[in-house]
Amino acid sequence: MTITVDGISKRFGKFQALNNVSLDIPEGKLTALLGPSGSGKTTLLRIIAGLESADSGQIAFSGQDVTKLHVRDRNIGFVFQHYALFRHMTVAQNIAFGLDSLPRKQRPPKAEIQKRVNELLEMIQLPHLANRFPAQLSGGQKQRVALARSIATRPKILLLDEPFGALDAKVRKDLRRWLRNLHDEFHFTSIFVTHDQEEALELSDQVVVMSQGNVEQVNEPTELYARPDSRFVFDFLGQVNVLSGEVQHSRLNQGNAWVTVPGIEHQGNAQLYLRPHEVRLATAPVAHANLPLRIEAVSLIGSEVRVELRPEGWASEGSDNIWEVGISHAEFNQQRPTRGDLRYAVPEIGHLFTDKDTQPATVNWAEAESLPRVRLIN
Amino acid sequence: MSTANQASAVISQRWPRIGNRSKRVLPGFGLSLGISLLFISLILMLPLTGLVMEVSAMSFDQFWFVITDPRVVASYKVTALAALAASLFNGLFGLLLAWVLVRYEFPGKRLIDAVVDLPFALPTAVAGIVLATLFAENGWYGQWLSKLGIEVAFTPVGIVVAMAFTSLPFVVRTVQPVLEELAPEDEEAAVSLGASDGLVFRRVIFPALWPALLTGVALSFTRSLGEFGAVIFIAGNMPYVSEVTSLMIFVRLQEYDYAAASAIASVVLMVSLVMLFAITLWQARYLKRVEGR
Repeated sequence: MTITVDGISKRFGKFQALNNVSLDIPEGKLTALLGPSGSGKTTLLRIIAGLESADSGQIAFSGQDVTKLHVRDRNIGFVFQHYALFRHMTVAQNIAFGLDSLPRKQRPPKAEIQKRVNELLEMIQLPHLANRFPAQLSGGQKQRVALARSIATRPKILLLDEPFGALDAKVRKDLRRWLRNLHDEFHFTSIFVTHDQEEALELSDQVVVMSQGNVEQVNEPTELYARPDSRFVFDFLGQVNVLSGEVQHSRLNQGNAWVTVPGIEHQGNAQLYLRPHEVRLATAPVAHANLPLRIEAVSLIGSEVRVELRPEGWASEGSDNIWEVGISHAEFNQQRPTRGDLRYAVPEIGHLFTDKDTQPATVNWAEAESLPRVRLIN
Repeated sequence: MSTANQASAVISQRWPRIGNRSKRVLPGFGLSLGISLLFISLILMLPLTGLVMEVSAMSFDQFWFVITDPRVVASYKVTALAALAASLFNGLFGLLLAWVLVRYEFPGKRLIDAVVDLPFALPTAVAGIVLATLFAENGWYGQWLSKLGIEVAFTPVGIVVAMAFTSLPFVVRTVQPVLEELAPEDEEAAVSLGASDGLVFRRVIFPALWPALLTGVALSFTRSLGEFGAVIFIAGNMPYVSEVTSLMIFVRLQEYDYAAASAIASVVLMVSLVMLFAITLWQARYLKRVEGR
């Protein structure tokens, strides 16, 4: 089932939660609604579910207008952040609730409900807990029961509101993988809300980035990370290093720091955005950049060594005036950077935002060592 | 270390012995518990002991004779039935009132919320006189009801009305906080699973509410058992028909028969205590099961 969101607006008092949002959710895909709190992602999910009504706009499932349809008739599965299990019912009774609630004519016989519940218990790997009450379960178990409950009636659409938000890191990772498998097996059209960019990029087929009631960008995770459309998406998806300054004769200057930006015609204010892996560290300035930084901290944990640096004689925008650069462990063993050392950042690929364009221009120094070239992204 | 020592070490860790001040985080346990126990003794236990003392002066035959007097037994029936009717009525109406006060926003909500406590604040005798006036044959309500052939004042129905009036806040005030704490997600989850409104109430809201509702009804019932001031003005007080037990106690007192008065009072006391204990025990078991405590 495809989901079409057409011009949805929603206002809570003076707060504009959603501002004329339109979206197409493809059938059988897992879509993430990603954004900071207050971006309207949960409100949009609740409007799609029918738990909230929009001030204007339409929702359609497979082309059929469901805007006026009550939530109980939309046949969706909804999973809440805090599980919302019925605490006076056992796990089995919770899972059976949707089937028990069907009108008498559609309700399967008792034995069949029991069979379906057992299947679902088997699927969530908790058959031994069938007769426990929710209070006796851990957070991860509760969320699995909530998932089983929401899909007991075989809905075509599964909506999840920050499903892993209340769980600790380890459980979250397991459940994520488990949800991905579940989705691939049953082919729901799923939408899940999250503020965790890693979760969105790892789990989904398509990411919708939202900010202040608007959709900022819709794309596949890899594309989204590689080609953010706006400063907001850039900032929100992962760590970013910013050099903000003035471009004169294809050179971006700020204080004693500068970077050549080959091929940029623009003169005036501009910001250069660099991902931690798009920057190298050198002990001396190079021909195309002079970005002196002093090492603040070195973190060895993980597959990459993370170096935090503070600009020396100039200032970075955001992130507490800190740049972050990722280097390999091999490089680390060679260079042995320590706290207090002076280093020069050498950008390899950068994204230049100017006041004229909302979209960035990509600058690739590695490719353009001899022949400066600029690609414009659309 | 022997196992006995280990066990006692564990116990002393979990339940610090009185006087073992160094291990306790919150100070003042001894003092606060002491004062509480003193006042419970002075205000609750001592009078009750007096009652038992008074009764114990009687022989069992005397005691039995007093409490099984036909007029007194008739009053038990009237009181219990009227209290039951009143508390059941309060269970329904109090639930409705609590529901309205929690679920909806409307002008004057705060005012109604405050008025709910009025039966507690009003002297019960005042309530009794007002109710008797209203329901009398020529009163505001009574004149219409008498046309329908319904007599309220000076009949057992009047007793029910007075009891319901004075004990309504018990139900509202026990149900209200539970209703306020119900997570809206539970209802949303139920509706998203296709449940009708009636089913949501029956299977999701009511099971969460009913321990509180039962407590409220039980409190309302026990309060009604002992209601005196509001009842005697409207009851009519006809022997065997509309006399309540507390009136029988009052009558014995007026005859300076303190022992007999205490004997009847002890019956009311026992019934109330047993009921409250039973409800508390049952509720603790129910909550333990549901909340895994």
